[in-house]
Amino acid sequence: MSRLLRFLALAGILLAAGCGKPDFSDAEKTTIASLALNTLPALKPDTTNRFADVPAAAALGSTLFFDQGMSRDGNVSCSTCHKIDRQFQDDLPQAVGVGRTNRRTMPLAGVARDPWYFWDGRRDSLWAQALAPLENPLEHAGNRAAFAHYIQKRFGERYERIFGPLPDLSTVPANASPLGNEAEQAAWKAMTPTQAGGVNRVFANIGKAIAAFERSIEPAQTRFDRFAINLASGAKPIGDAAFSPEEKLGLKLFIGKGNCVTCHNGPRFTDNGFHNTGVPPVKDLPLDRGRFDAVAQVQADPFNCFGAFRDGDASACGELRFMVKAAPELMRAYKTPSLRGAATRPPYMHAGQFSSLEEVVAHYAKAEAAVEGTSEVHPLQLSDRERAALVAFLKTLSE
Amino acid sequence: MASLWRYLLAGLGLAALLAGVLAIVYLTAPHSAPGPDIARSKKTANGLFVAGIQPERGTVRQGELHSWLLTLKTVAGAPVEGAAISVSGGMPQHNHGLPTSPQATDYLGEGRYRIEGLKFTMSGVWQLRFAISAAAGSDSVVFNVVL
Repeated sequence: MSRLLRFLALAGILLAAGCGKPDFSDAEKTTIASLALNTLPALKPDTTNRFADVPAAAALGSTLFFDQGMSRDGNVSCSTCHKIDRQFQDDLPQAVGVGRTNRRTMPLAGVARDPWYFWDGRRDSLWAQALAPLENPLEHAGNRAAFAHYIQKRFGERYERIFGPLPDLSTVPANASPLGNEAEQAAWKAMTPTQAGGVNRVFANIGKAIAAFERSIEPAQTRFDRFAINLASGAKPIGDAAFSPEEKLGLKLFIGKGNCVTCHNGPRFTDNGFHNTGVPPVKDLPLDRGRFDAVAQVQADPFNCFGAFRDGDASACGELRFMVKAAPELMRAYKTPSLRGAATRPPYMHAGQFSSLEEVVAHYAKAEAAVEGTSEVHPLQLSDRERAALVAFLKTLSE
Repeated sequence: MASLWRYLLAGLGLAALLAGVLAIVYLTAPHSAPGPDIARSKKTANGLFVAGIQPERGTVRQGELHSWLLTLKTVAGAPVEGAAISVSGGMPQHNHGLPTSPQATDYLGEGRYRIEGLKFTMSGVWQLRFAISAAAGSDSVVFNVVL
């Protein structure tokens, strides 16, 4: 009996060694190559922001990004939530500026490549995005008239060297904005069109400077990319570029049975789209319907691509022009986030609903129905080993 | 030691036999079902028009807004002018529509219409449906685009 067992064991080993399938099929290799960072194209110019690639604008933008003076209480800057040593995010389930917001801070690597901004895409350019938190009462809680005065006082000379002469702000109220509190809104209404136009222009240029800085924040090469390059070239991976059997299984599941790559595709692991994946709402937060409500907001934004502050021509406005304005799938749809670096930045989802990657994988396997709208996710049988393998693979995108 | 070699030889023999069986099974198994119809030119559903599509710049790039040309002819081959066209579609496998709202934005002559604002955000089978209304009547046509 033991002889037979030995024989069978030996035969099994030989089978595995001699006739075992290769690690990845040609189709899988093509998919893996499409995820590698070396396929990321060069960053395109942003014709809507003619200062996007002006070094002095990026330098001013960097100053503003880290300047706590850019807030009502003098304690909040962009970097309060977008922390430079934390992938430009804050590790919190919901961002905290002057108050607690209802959304998770997004990391910034590769942000200039997004067609839409925020989890729900309520802004359509990086520079228009940068303006929204400045006036959000829970974030910087400022107002555009105060920002214009602040720029003149602190950075007037730097501003004018980049953007040209500042408007006459001598008669502009200290605090005024169409989005502010009652007094600020009243002050805004009392301003002349020339005054309001001048303030809006300075405000737009603040966004354009910050965007110019943010364009430099790009994703870095990871262990996965080194593995993928070797796989494509046929070179034997050495050192940390070699994947463990568990990591290989995780990658196979990610691009195969797990269907993760359906949305998390391309070198940034995102389709830049919005999907309802049945992520539950957080108790005690205001009603949040994701993309469904963002459509009207981006259309109403005076700093959107159709607005007066866009540089260049309207041919850059395709995303806004051809966006889906009404469809059932917009309900509770949120942006597909990049997975690069995700393993080291819990919690996950648009309001930090899940505290670990294991919880995320469990959510997608279970595929519970959405509280509103229809989840695009279908239930999936995944063994404990497969779940662990998916997590092991995701970690290679952070190493 | 000699017996181990016997086992090894026997193991190799068995492996070869199994490989042979697997090869036969693989070669004789019916191959996967035919894929979706990916014709780029076809008659519309009720046979009123012949519609053809092609990406304006020749290639389809995943994740980028781009335009296509829709060519409409009568069954007799005459170009269809002044057609009102609406575009819809999506991915039936994933139960979602198109990620953008493409529109017919220009008439280029000879029955050719520019369809702007298409974006395919993932690989798989996409459906493009054109509802067409012209002097001859209203009809529709569905194309499959595989990425």
